[in-house]
Amino acid sequence: MKFSDITHETYAALSANKVRSGLTILGIVIGISSVIAMVSIGTGASNTISSSIESLGSNLIQITPGAQQMRGFGASSGRGGAKTLTNEDAQAIAEQVADVEAVDSQVSSRYQITAKGTNTNTSVTGVTANYSQIRNVEVAEGSFISDTQNNSASKVAVLGPTTRDDLFGEGTNAIGQAIRINGLEFKIIGVTVAKGGTGFQNQDDIIYIPVRSAQRYLSGDQYLTTIAVQATTPEVMTQVQADIILLLLDRHKISDAALADFSVLNQNDILSTASSVTSTLTYLLAAIGGISLLVGGIGIMNMMLTTVTERTREIGLRKAIGAKKSDIRAQFLAEAVALTVIGGVVGIALGWLISFAVNLTGLVTTSVSLSSVLLAFGVSAITGIVFGYYPARRAAELNPIEALRYE
Amino acid sequence: MIEIKDITKTYGSGDTAFQALKGISFTIKDGEFIAIMGPSGSGKSTLMHILGCLDTLTTGTYFLDGKDVSTLTDEELAEIRRLHVGFVFQSFNLLPRTTVMRNVMLPLIYAGVSDEERDERSRKVLSAAGMTESHFSHLSNQLSGGQIQRVAIARALVNDPSLILADEPTGNLDSKTGEIVLGTFQKLNREHGRTVILITHEHDVAEHAERIITLRDGVVVTDSKSHARKHAKHHEV
Repeated sequence: MKFSDITHETYAALSANKVRSGLTILGIVIGISSVIAMVSIGTGASNTISSSIESLGSNLIQITPGAQQMRGFGASSGRGGAKTLTNEDAQAIAEQVADVEAVDSQVSSRYQITAKGTNTNTSVTGVTANYSQIRNVEVAEGSFISDTQNNSASKVAVLGPTTRDDLFGEGTNAIGQAIRINGLEFKIIGVTVAKGGTGFQNQDDIIYIPVRSAQRYLSGDQYLTTIAVQATTPEVMTQVQADIILLLLDRHKISDAALADFSVLNQNDILSTASSVTSTLTYLLAAIGGISLLVGGIGIMNMMLTTVTERTREIGLRKAIGAKKSDIRAQFLAEAVALTVIGGVVGIALGWLISFAVNLTGLVTTSVSLSSVLLAFGVSAITGIVFGYYPARRAAELNPIEALRYE
Repeated sequence: MIEIKDITKTYGSGDTAFQALKGISFTIKDGEFIAIMGPSGSGKSTLMHILGCLDTLTTGTYFLDGKDVSTLTDEELAEIRRLHVGFVFQSFNLLPRTTVMRNVMLPLIYAGVSDEERDERSRKVLSAAGMTESHFSHLSNQLSGGQIQRVAIARALVNDPSLILADEPTGNLDSKTGEIVLGTFQKLNREHGRTVILITHEHDVAEHAERIITLRDGVVVTDSKSHARKHAKHHEV
């Protein structure tokens, strides 16, 4: 039997009962489209989270005071509370640890800020000139804090765009104006570019001042709340992290790493924890889609078994006029595969559409990957073969005499 | 040529075994028109299935055109059916919702014949079976009973088989249409030299053949020339 003949027979058989064929195809369409849509939503969520973590800076290692915390999203209850990190620690890391690109010392706390007649409560972070490089902060107007300003503990401030809007009104020029932090007057020298509110903290509602100024005028001591270290490449991060721990343990004269009075958080750790959470989520969503695909496959098998029973006499006739077992098997298998492949194509289109619609809502940036399309298509073809094989074999094994006698 | 010798067919085994054929022997020469007669339960259907290679025999030998078919496998039997046998059944002869042409071509499709040759051979046998060109593209469910049997006869002929087996071909037809169908068989036998085996329980129908074999309880009772052979007028529809 030639391929064109099988195609002809398949078309004739499926179009003979359009409603039944359509409903069976619908089962596969729902299965395939849910796999595609679910995986694309899962992948989208995963990408969104990864990119917001990466927007914090690249190759970032953060050292905070306090006991070693759980990896990942453990609440940093001790942050800023314990006073164990000093300017000298930061300087030692910059000088003694290999493969360090830049080190930034930070003192962060919330204060009441006042400007002309307005006030707000926001995070004031003392930083060094390195901060803008390490945390990918860009200045929209004016300039960022310089080393000179830091060394001389100048009373200058760089505002996040949200803070600028809160204090001076949207889009106004705030450069040169003054704000009062904790009653002390700081001159505004710059406004940062908006980064958006994604991630773990709003990086737009913030005031940056030189870290020396923060220590001298605001906290009044020599301690730091965070040391941010940028490693030269992603590959050396683990080594740099280990070196920092050794150095700080040595400096703080602690012999047991379990008793460390600081914690070192590697950006990769956050990223891998987050991606393991999101990939689990993606698998879960794919499994839900997979179950509906399985149900669709059972629908195909059900329809094919009914068809074989209904067409018993036709099968007998075909055998009587010379059809081989393999001809009959190919014919019924082709019907099952055609159902799933049609369902697969429509399902991929529908899944894409759903993914596109979810994209429009703006909640997640979904992405349909080629691999998920290929996977879905492969699964639908295999579903057709697997669920079509048994009915097709049953048809092929029918005894022609009994098939002809069948009423 | 068909040569069968001492063939038996037993269904089931042990206590429930039933012997449908109890040692049948005969020879049918090429170009003969034979009727196999007998009441229901006589084993004539079983005999037809064996002659048509739809079923295997239990003991005995069966030579079709000099080839021993009693030891063939399912797939080899399918090939014999495809190349050497043409069937016409009592009912459900054609595929529903399928054109006349497509129905007739079906054996050629399974035989892997090219599209052009299929078309040519199908047209030829349809004309030989008395179908007019205008009916070729009709769907099988738009045909009358007589037309269905003519198309079935055409399909049985399309592979140029050495043997045409007709199982109660007039059973579902009124007597006038039945005459036409029997006339078609006679014409094919007389003018084209086809071997035709007609299975029937009606004496009247069997009389159209030139030789009648009568079965009862799985054995041949009589095997003789038709005494009062009827010649159906061959009607063109």
